[in-house]
Amino acid sequence: MTTASRLRIRRYVEHSMGMPISLALRGRHADDDRGRDAWAAAMAVLRHADATFSTYRDDSFVSRLGRGEIGLADCPPEVAEVLALGEEARRQSAGAFDVRRVGPDGRVVLDPSGVVKGWAAERAAAPLRDLPDTDFCLSAGGDLVCRTLDPGAPPWRIGIEDPMDPQRIVAVVPVATGAVATSGTAHRGAHLVDARTGRPPLGVASVTVVASSLTWADIDATAAYAQGPDAAVWLGTRPGRTGLVVWADGSTTTVAGPPV
Amino acid sequence: MRRIILWFMGTVSAVVFLFGYSTSTAGPGVVGGQTAVFSSGTSTTGGAASGGTDPNAGSTVTGTVAQTRWGPVQVELTVSGGAITQVSVLQYPDSNGHDRQINSYALPILVRETMDAQGANIDMVSGATVTSRGYLESLQSALDQAGL
Repeated sequence: MTTASRLRIRRYVEHSMGMPISLALRGRHADDDRGRDAWAAAMAVLRHADATFSTYRDDSFVSRLGRGEIGLADCPPEVAEVLALGEEARRQSAGAFDVRRVGPDGRVVLDPSGVVKGWAAERAAAPLRDLPDTDFCLSAGGDLVCRTLDPGAPPWRIGIEDPMDPQRIVAVVPVATGAVATSGTAHRGAHLVDARTGRPPLGVASVTVVASSLTWADIDATAAYAQGPDAAVWLGTRPGRTGLVVWADGSTTTVAGPPV
Repeated sequence: MRRIILWFMGTVSAVVFLFGYSTSTAGPGVVGGQTAVFSSGTSTTGGAASGGTDPNAGSTVTGTVAQTRWGPVQVELTVSGGAITQVSVLQYPDSNGHDRQINSYALPILVRETMDAQGANIDMVSGATVTSRGYLESLQSALDQAGL
């Protein structure tokens, strides 16, 4: 094993966007001012994303946009970027994923949360990528992005939570550099729906996607989950993705999409 | 030769080990390749078992070298008390750093008998979105507090 494997992992935890943000650093700047500054910068990116996109804040750009008070031109450019990603996801999932949903009162609500979390965490990793000789694994509420610089260093070992018993894991993914996202209802109840029907999908307990980008790992995990019984089949069509579907009966399917 | 040693401290009755690789020219994110399935009890198939008669010592089973389109892959299992206690990757195509990097696209290793986080020796947990309220009861919280 190389030097990195013997290096201690330094962990940081804070909360933003209503979820815990966990960071593991190892290497040169794991426990010094430069590492802590990068962590503070990562958290600032997430707080900024929350202020811009939160549907829980009446004063966020997205809330005001959704109410028709402002137009897209009045929003920062990342709002358009996220909405474009949402549209791309809707198209690629044949409508199962959609940032627009019908609210309780029958009106269409703009809710890009399904895009924002992975996208924001991916952006938050940028200051961590600037740390020389330092590996990181950044988790935003269970969706994570990792980097390993030394080819001889051990990969990050990512446990995939058991959706039936969140105190346990069903699988391990060794990830040197890449992203892992999981969608399911273990912690928040049946809040994920198939946008085509407005109903929670049946038959699937969780979907985990491994990809090069957390933005797309997160989108694909949600889009696959929304498709219920078709989750694994659809995920198997996604270039460069691998993943794990845990079904409602506890059985599992491992999926490898086609090469990019 | 580099190794990835995957430690399984808990009781694992079967491990499905799948790999995805890309070539260095095909860009990141390429996935596919050889699938190797091992189960305890059938793990001598295609390999040679070594080890003494001491039941506590465990036996090592070395799989045959599987030729994938990205290069050879060889896996070694240590079986003890009817359970796989260790999985070592003896060979995989890692002629350059990029090939190693894209090992991040390897498939999940299924843990047939679920185990707790400590037993599995994991760094982070991926799961359905944990709320700040639920965080204290989460596995990730345990890992963060352990500081390992």
